[in-house]
Amino acid sequence: MGAEGFGARVLRKEDKRFITGRGRYTDDIELKDMTHGVFVRSPHAHAKVRSIDTSAAEKMPGVVGVLTGHDLAADKIGGLICGWMIHSRDGSPMKMGAHPALAADTVRYVGDAVAIVVAETRDQARDAAEAVEVDYEELPAVTDPAKATAAGAPQIHPEAEGNLIYDWTIGDEAATEGQFANAAHVTKIDLVNNRLVPNAMEPRAAIGSYDQAEEHFTLYNTTQNPHVARLVLSAFVGMAPEHKLRVVAPDVGGGFGSKIFIYPEETACLWASRKVGGRPVKWVADRTEAFLTDAHGRDHVTHAEVAFDADNRVLGLRVKTIANLGAYMSTFSSSVPTYLYATLLSGQYAIPQIFAEVQAVYTNTSPVDAYRGAGRPEATFVVERLMETAARELGVDPAELRRKNFVRAFPHQTPVIMAYDAGDYDASLDAALKAADYAGFPARRAEAESRGKKRGIGLSCYIEACGIAPSQAVGSLGAGVGLWESAEVRVNPVGTIEVLTGTHSHGQSHETTFAQIINERFGVPTDTVSIVHGDTDKVQFGMGTYGSRSAAVGLSAVFKALDKVEAKAKKLAAHLMEAAEGDIVLEDGSFKVAGTDRALAFHEVALAAYTAHNLPEGMEPGLKETSFYDPTNFTFPAGSYVCEVEIDPDTGVTEIVQFVAADDFGRIINPMIVEGQVHGGLAQGIGQALLEGCVYDHESGQLVTASFMDYCMPRADDLPSFNVMTTETVCPGNPLGVKGCGEAGAIGSPPALINALTDAIGRNDLAMPATPQRVWAALRSSSAAAA
Amino acid sequence: MTKVSMTVNGRAVSGDVEDRTLLVSFLRETLGLTGTHVGCDTTQCGACVVHMDGKPVKACTVLTGQAEGAEITTIEGLAKGDELHPMQAAFREHHGLQCGFCTPGMIMMGVDIVRRHGASLDEKTIRHELEGNICRCTGYHNIVKAIQAVAEGSEVAEAAE
Repeated sequence: MGAEGFGARVLRKEDKRFITGRGRYTDDIELKDMTHGVFVRSPHAHAKVRSIDTSAAEKMPGVVGVLTGHDLAADKIGGLICGWMIHSRDGSPMKMGAHPALAADTVRYVGDAVAIVVAETRDQARDAAEAVEVDYEELPAVTDPAKATAAGAPQIHPEAEGNLIYDWTIGDEAATEGQFANAAHVTKIDLVNNRLVPNAMEPRAAIGSYDQAEEHFTLYNTTQNPHVARLVLSAFVGMAPEHKLRVVAPDVGGGFGSKIFIYPEETACLWASRKVGGRPVKWVADRTEAFLTDAHGRDHVTHAEVAFDADNRVLGLRVKTIANLGAYMSTFSSSVPTYLYATLLSGQYAIPQIFAEVQAVYTNTSPVDAYRGAGRPEATFVVERLMETAARELGVDPAELRRKNFVRAFPHQTPVIMAYDAGDYDASLDAALKAADYAGFPARRAEAESRGKKRGIGLSCYIEACGIAPSQAVGSLGAGVGLWESAEVRVNPVGTIEVLTGTHSHGQSHETTFAQIINERFGVPTDTVSIVHGDTDKVQFGMGTYGSRSAAVGLSAVFKALDKVEAKAKKLAAHLMEAAEGDIVLEDGSFKVAGTDRALAFHEVALAAYTAHNLPEGMEPGLKETSFYDPTNFTFPAGSYVCEVEIDPDTGVTEIVQFVAADDFGRIINPMIVEGQVHGGLAQGIGQALLEGCVYDHESGQLVTASFMDYCMPRADDLPSFNVMTTETVCPGNPLGVKGCGEAGAIGSPPALINALTDAIGRNDLAMPATPQRVWAALRSSSAAAA
Repeated sequence: MTKVSMTVNGRAVSGDVEDRTLLVSFLRETLGLTGTHVGCDTTQCGACVVHMDGKPVKACTVLTGQAEGAEITTIEGLAKGDELHPMQAAFREHHGLQCGFCTPGMIMMGVDIVRRHGASLDEKTIRHELEGNICRCTGYHNIVKAIQAVAEGSEVAEAAE
């Protein structure tokens, strides 16, 4: 309808403040009488805390208070929780260890906080933190998930014997075994999905502020979901009831999942503010602190097998995974290697039987939770490494083996819960192969060979489940919350519109795309619309932004509220123009009586609703509506990626010569923003495949990669320009027909890279990150084997 | 405490700082210019890039005392009133930013890259020159395009300086 509506490349409304330095992030906020908090953190991976002596620190210049885990326990502040219950195959509930915001007796990973020092300035707090004397008794530590459950491994939580949190399965084991018994060919693979550090560019930060007179707390926080933070801090930590606790998420500098979770520092800053007489306490992580304490991602060890019949059709899949959840169970950690992972193991393929087993374990490492894609990259890596490997073993074209097994009839019920609603996997594969000139690859490889270079090409056909999530369905799977979304649409008397949403934008561009939907529906310009989010005092409720849910769920809630606004406004317009309600149409920002020249502008009807001088019988004044939208299914974005690499065999250096991404995200609101989301996801996926690896020293439990000097973030010259395109099947599950685009790039790209590299080097056992050293060594051992 | 004086965005400023105070802290905390960001502590990420006497520096690795008497330009000083600098406009036009946190440093670096290379700037050079600026959102694709677009129209950029 509107020129700025569906499909328009509208430039971003939020950009001006960011490009002129007027963004307002948590660390930019200065409150009156503010103090600064710095945490004293464990230098050991596992230790008993014998004693803490704060006396020297308390005498340091500017120190306002030093608070320890014992003080926290004495004040009966509750611990942090994991909000998704998983049951083991024997029916027992997951074994969750206690997680106090400040450890009192035992520290369980390097970075575990034992005290907070509050001082007038950040530097004074840092100095004083150095003066806190903690007497530790070191204990043996385990950081390798494959060794955590071994006999004699250090016991991390008393609640979880042998460090096993759960031993979970999905699918029909006997039926899957039966399929394998009848197989003509079985492909087996062992994989490590490397541990990653999310590294949003804005480090985490929190300001806790306590109003003594009102007994009211305010938290400014780098969070993707302020209402969920308030809920956990109220219901589980017990900081204050919800009406006495406001959480504000101002501009947030990237999240990628890592800012979903409720971390110890939020509790500590709120509580510390109360303890120091209500002065606000600000904490901002430095980068090494972020490396040590942000929830990390991935960290799976997997064995997987796929069975084929004589016609190369997949008969079954079986997967066994050990998932490292770190030293404490983070907010959604239990769901990531279970319902966000194994439910996607069918990929884009019709697979009659699947059986997966997942053991989640504690280790003496930073907690692990959702990171861009959350379980779905791990599933895609398993499925797409298997398909590529199988194609090589069977001697068939990898594209054709995939095509032979594609799901083509929808809805499609997989053996692992998910019911795919719509898709056209041939369309995205065709588009990607054409754009990459797949057919011309052998000639390019020969040409590279003539220059002494090794070329390879790799595919990945991913699927993901987004639009998280239908509340009843996730409730039946153990979620502690419903995952609907809410919206409020306020039409002001002058006809401008404020949309309040429970989702949160930390780079996703909601201020623009949400406004585009108002334009689409009402024909009013996007610059008369503001999008309000990130404040529990303003927005009624919301579950936040993750799992590519903001458009499919959050904007659907807005859409429903717009329906109500439109219905009321039409009724009022009909009354004002003395026409039948059914004859009113909303076009180009005006309410018109169909077939006549009678019309009222949108703002005229809005004003009439507020003056209330002439309303229809029984109509309440005002024009403001709310809605709660609960999706009926997940959405299923899918696509095909083609990666072509060239390796210099002398150095092992990989150049990505082309990367093609063809995605089906359903209907697209703003192609410019969708492309940007794909670019960013690809960079993170390529980072995982080539550059990024989080390394703990297995002996000491120290994080070796704890800075940008040691952990290789993708830089501009590590990446190519990307060739991205979309195909479209409309999502039938929501009123907008959208599927979600935030995670696809990070989900689909790692297997495409590794498939291309293994194609180039002629061996299959290349670990991520495929650094030049690893590629060079793999090439050496290949040529040695060939000789 | 040491008294320092400098010119920031064309305005004479001074303040008393500890010897260890970094330029980025002086800009953010003393002057309230919070557009310059701190994304790391090892001079890697470039979120804190400002111009000091016409050259890009990482303000997290410059002591405030080292900037005594210097001319500093931060992201807040780049636009002329309501008129955006061409690099700012190009970042918006090409969707070169998402969360916006690395953006001030990227823009300040981009301005310097174009100043040094002019219209001859190619993609490979831009990517190489951005080695000291990390973005986690955009995959750099659109940042590179934005800088290239300004370089291609760099006569316009020079006119605006």
